[in-house]
Order: sequence, then C-alpha cells, then structure tokens
Amino acid sequence: MITRKTWFARGVRDGMPIAIGYFAVAFALGIKATAAGLTPWQSALLSFLNVTSAGEAAGIALLGAGTTYVELAFTQLVINIRYLLMSCSLSQKLSADTGILHRLLVGYGVTDEIFGISAAREGYLSPYYSYGAISVAVPGWTLGTLLGAVMGNILPARAVGALGVALYAMFLAIVLPPAGKSRVIAGIVAVSMAASALLTWVCKHFALTWFTEGFRIIALTVVISAAAALLFPVKETDNTAKVEVAEDGQ
Amino acid sequence: MVNNILLAILVMAGVTYLIRVLPLVLIRREIKNRTVRSFLHYVPYVTLSVMTVPAIFTATNVIFWSALAALAVAVVLSLRGCKLPVVAACACFTVFLVELIPF
Repeated sequence: MITRKTWFARGVRDGMPIAIGYFAVAFALGIKATAAGLTPWQSALLSFLNVTSAGEAAGIALLGAGTTYVELAFTQLVINIRYLLMSCSLSQKLSADTGILHRLLVGYGVTDEIFGISAAREGYLSPYYSYGAISVAVPGWTLGTLLGAVMGNILPARAVGALGVALYAMFLAIVLPPAGKSRVIAGIVAVSMAASALLTWVCKHFALTWFTEGFRIIALTVVISAAAALLFPVKETDNTAKVEVAEDGQ
Repeated sequence: MVNNILLAILVMAGVTYLIRVLPLVLIRREIKNRTVRSFLHYVPYVTLSVMTVPAIFTATNVIFWSALAALAVAVVLSLRGCKLPVVAACACFTVFLVELIPF
C-alpha cells in the first residue's frame, strides 16, 4: 500500500527538475513582463495563476502592445487548448472515485511537464503525486518570474540558457524509456518529432504566422494519436491500472 | 481596451484553468471505447515528442550545437534508464560545457 505521504514525496522528487527548468524559463518571462509594463508583483501573480509559459508569453506581448479582454481570452484558448487533450488523457489516470475537490486541484497543475511525469506513472495516479509536483514546480515558476522581473539583467544569459534545456531533456526522459521497450511507441515518437520539425519549417518558410506553435502541437497530437489509435489499438489487457488499484486496496 | 492589468491576469487565468479542469471534472468514468482509449493512451507520447523537437534547438538561444549535444546526452541517458533529474541535470551541464568552447 502506497501512502499519501509517499505519493507526495514522489511528486516532490519528480517535480524538482521541473522546478529548476521552470525557474530558468520563468526568469526570461519576468524580464519580458517588466519590459511590457507589468510590475514585479503583477508578473508573479500572472505566473502563479496561469502556470503556462507560451500562454503567458503571448499575454505579455499582447498587454505590451495594447489589447482587449476578449483577445486575451481567445489567445489563451488557442494556445492552451492542448491542456484539454492532456486533461482528457489524465482523466483516465484518476480512479473513478477521486473526489471533485481533488479534480479541481489536480486541474490547476496540468502543465506540459507535470502532465508528462503524471502520464509516465504506471497505474492510477494519486492526486497527492500532483500536489507534490505542484508544491515545488509552481514556486519555482512564480519565484523565477519575480526574480526575472526584479533583476533580469544581472544573471548571465549563458547560465539561464543552459537551464532552458532541462524541460526538453525531461520530456525525452519520459518518452524514450517506453519507446525502447515498444516498437509502436518508438515509431510514434519518431514520426511525431519528424512531423513537428517539418511542419515548423514549413510554417516558417511560408510565413504561416497564424499557424502558431500551440496550433501545431494540437493539430499534430490529434492527427498522429488518432492514426496510431486506429492502426495500433491498445489491448484491453493493457490496463495495468486495475491491477495496481486492487493491490493498493483503495 | 484593457485598462486593468489585474483583471486581464484573471481573465487569462480563468480561461486557462477551465481548459485544464473541465475534462477532469466532466470525464469521471473509465472510457470503454477502445479507439478513444487508444487515442488517449498515445496522446502523451505524441504531444511531448512534438513539443521537444524542434523547440529544443532554440532553447539555449546561444549556440545550436550545445542544444544538439544536450539532445544526444539526454537520448543516451534516457535509453539507459537514468532517472529524470539526472537526465535533466546532465543535459544542462552539457549545454554549459559546450558553450564554453569558443567556435
């Protein structure tokens, strides 16, 4: 039986590299926020409440240029719609008896990275795992933004840049081990990376500015996952979740 | 026009939170349909792969080669089964080292 405390501790452990990566990315974001006219506390609040790099960066750019509330809302919807897919996927990782309050709290922490480590856990996901990850990742994100806003130009760009790859290295550490064990997943990972690189190049080459990174992520995710689902449907017996829950005695 | 930054922040946060939380609140049962389940099973792999490439190559903002080296290190360590924090730290350190080399 895995206790809540153990789940929380695991979340903290897996959340640490996220917190470090977030700190670096948020630091850069804080610098932009100050340039756009936000106070450091507004920047920190923005990060604490939104916890989304691409969304916040777009929001800051819009605020700096002058915008409307409707435009801000619509931009967030377009850029962050990928979280809808991630949450749909995560909904299947939560056991059916997970209460509404837990669902409301877990939802707050659905970022690319926390989703990544949560999806990588075998079997049902305990909300306490998310809480552990959130408890380190969100302070990293918020403090990074605050410090970037306050003292943006003190830290050398080189050190911040080096930390910036942490998040991508984590993504690789999540997708590659299962890819090493399954040829289907290896193929899906390879196709996804190649398609993403190609589409990004096409968008840049033909100046398709409306086809933003957020759009690309969701379009590729829907198309490739759907094709994979049709070509390689998972076996009914693949659901290890049931077995684990039985062992947990929940 | 936006004349209140706090309200603007709340609007952004509200939209983003709803996107994240609605599926978790609305989909409370296990989905039985095999195709839908397969689709949701593959989503994490596709979406994380798509987000990594090509974005990692512009993450360092200094030199393309440092990102490529970090990618190689992360791939090798991940396939060898190293833990997440180890892979992340080694990738960062690789970028830092490679960028010390004057090209």
